[in-house]
Amino acid sequence: MRTRSSNRPVLLAAGVGAAALLVLSACSDSGSGSEAGKDDAGAASGELSGEVTVFAAASLTESFEELGAQFERDHPGTKVTFSFGGSDALAASITGGAPADVFASASPTTMEIVTDAGVAAGTPETFVRNRLEIATLPGNPDGVASLEDLTEPGLKVVLCDEAVPCGSAAQKALNAGSLKLTPVSYEEDVKSALNKVVLKEADAAVVYKTDVRAAGGKVEGVDFPESADAINDYPITLLKDAPNTAAAEAFVELVRSAEGQKVLTGAGFLKP
Amino acid sequence: MTPPSTAGAGTGGSDGGGGGPRDVLTGGPAPSRRPKSKPGKRTRVRTAAPLPLLVPALLGLAFLVLPLLALLLRAPWSSMPELLTSAEVWQALRLSLVCATAATALSLVIGVPLAWLLARVEFPGRGLVRALVTLPLVLPPVVGGVALLMALGRNGVVGRWLDDWFGVTLPFTTAGVVVAEAFVAMPFLVIAVEGTLRAADPRYEEAATTLGASRFTAFRRVTLPLVAPGIAAGAVLAWARALGEFGATITFAGNFPGRTQTMPLSVYLALQSDPEAAIALSLVLLAVSVAVLAGLRDRWMTSA
Repeated sequence: MRTRSSNRPVLLAAGVGAAALLVLSACSDSGSGSEAGKDDAGAASGELSGEVTVFAAASLTESFEELGAQFERDHPGTKVTFSFGGSDALAASITGGAPADVFASASPTTMEIVTDAGVAAGTPETFVRNRLEIATLPGNPDGVASLEDLTEPGLKVVLCDEAVPCGSAAQKALNAGSLKLTPVSYEEDVKSALNKVVLKEADAAVVYKTDVRAAGGKVEGVDFPESADAINDYPITLLKDAPNTAAAEAFVELVRSAEGQKVLTGAGFLKP
Repeated sequence: MTPPSTAGAGTGGSDGGGGGPRDVLTGGPAPSRRPKSKPGKRTRVRTAAPLPLLVPALLGLAFLVLPLLALLLRAPWSSMPELLTSAEVWQALRLSLVCATAATALSLVIGVPLAWLLARVEFPGRGLVRALVTLPLVLPPVVGGVALLMALGRNGVVGRWLDDWFGVTLPFTTAGVVVAEAFVAMPFLVIAVEGTLRAADPRYEEAATTLGASRFTAFRRVTLPLVAPGIAAGAVLAWARALGEFGATITFAGNFPGRTQTMPLSVYLALQSDPEAAIALSLVLLAVSVAVLAGLRDRWMTSA
């Protein structure tokens, strides 16, 4: 069945269409990447196995990765997959039906989005708390010593967007000090705010103490008293449609165990 | 007899605004406004489209249009007026339009000469250069944003000198948004224009030069008018891409209302706290881009 010449225009159109599709697929925005592939994780009883998908606030990245590795060591045959991001974005994708087993959020407000939608199993429990800190360039060349110093004109400060817990906490701290701060950018999550300082694009950012510690020598932390008024509770919960409930429960248990708390406080988190 | 259905399937596909350059040239909504087919024009489809092509074609159309219809169906129409009258929305929309247009202008100024170079001048490594030009198409936009920070950021390879010598820093500024959008959108323009240039007969230019025109004059007076439709199509593609740009913008320029918060950024942030507002914002962006593309099509594209 060779192509007849009379069909050429149609074929040509199909070719152009295919090319357009290729171009389109190449240019689509990289939006979320939060839909982790999910296999059926069986294991009804006994030994834990299969994949556990944990959606966690960006600030939990380092400590949860450590706990995940430990969990996999303790329970061979399991695999913990994380999706870290702004708590609000994670909450939105969970209520939108993303297949997750556990949700750990950086604020009760974002957790409420999930509980209000009725997709959480049981009541969320606070497992750690986090305090804000100012991240400055290494060596603190601008001599930032207080939250008020950030309001100086000419200093490039980034905050988290108020939709994200670290942003609302920063606003709370600023209100507590009756300060007005105009940042150069409201970042979409705490790690992007921190990275603007790591990359030296901004002079300072208001982030969590844990993020400053995780960044090592790339930023310098400055404590400020107003942060006491803006301490975030981190709730964790099992999700109702958890594909792998047994393993998910075990993971939450590990997070709340003495062992888990040691890892978390080691990263700079406060005990609940 | 047969033409109505097949023609409908053939022209409706580009409503979404994307598509290759050729789609923009010929496709688009509102065929009724067009005068009856010109006498000289060949009939597009002589026989009915074969089923193995027609079925996937219709599937493809449905695939592209269905999500947009769903957006319309689920839109919070009752609260729409309230959502759309907020000053923040208009601020973001205006910034989006201004930045996308500026990015397109920038792409035209440096992209058209680049396309000409690729199409008309033989030089070693031309294939490599062409591949480099298309790289931003493949690169995830967020990575593009980071790359821009490395190059043009305050501490970047070039940006450091910009800062030291001129006191210019691009991140967190509206100019930064334009740069990020142009970075992502320009390859579309370059590819479209280069394709048109290759299809255009170089003998017209050669004739012009033998008649005494300099090569630049020949480019300006002969080549440019010759490839104008291709440039217009490329510009529309680049504009549309710039308007929807998110990843490179938020990474390179940050997010500040009125300065760097374009519509896609405000849609993304609204999606986290208020999905209904996000849908409303998306519809505004959709309506504006459809209106502009349709308007341009009537004005420009039919001349092709």
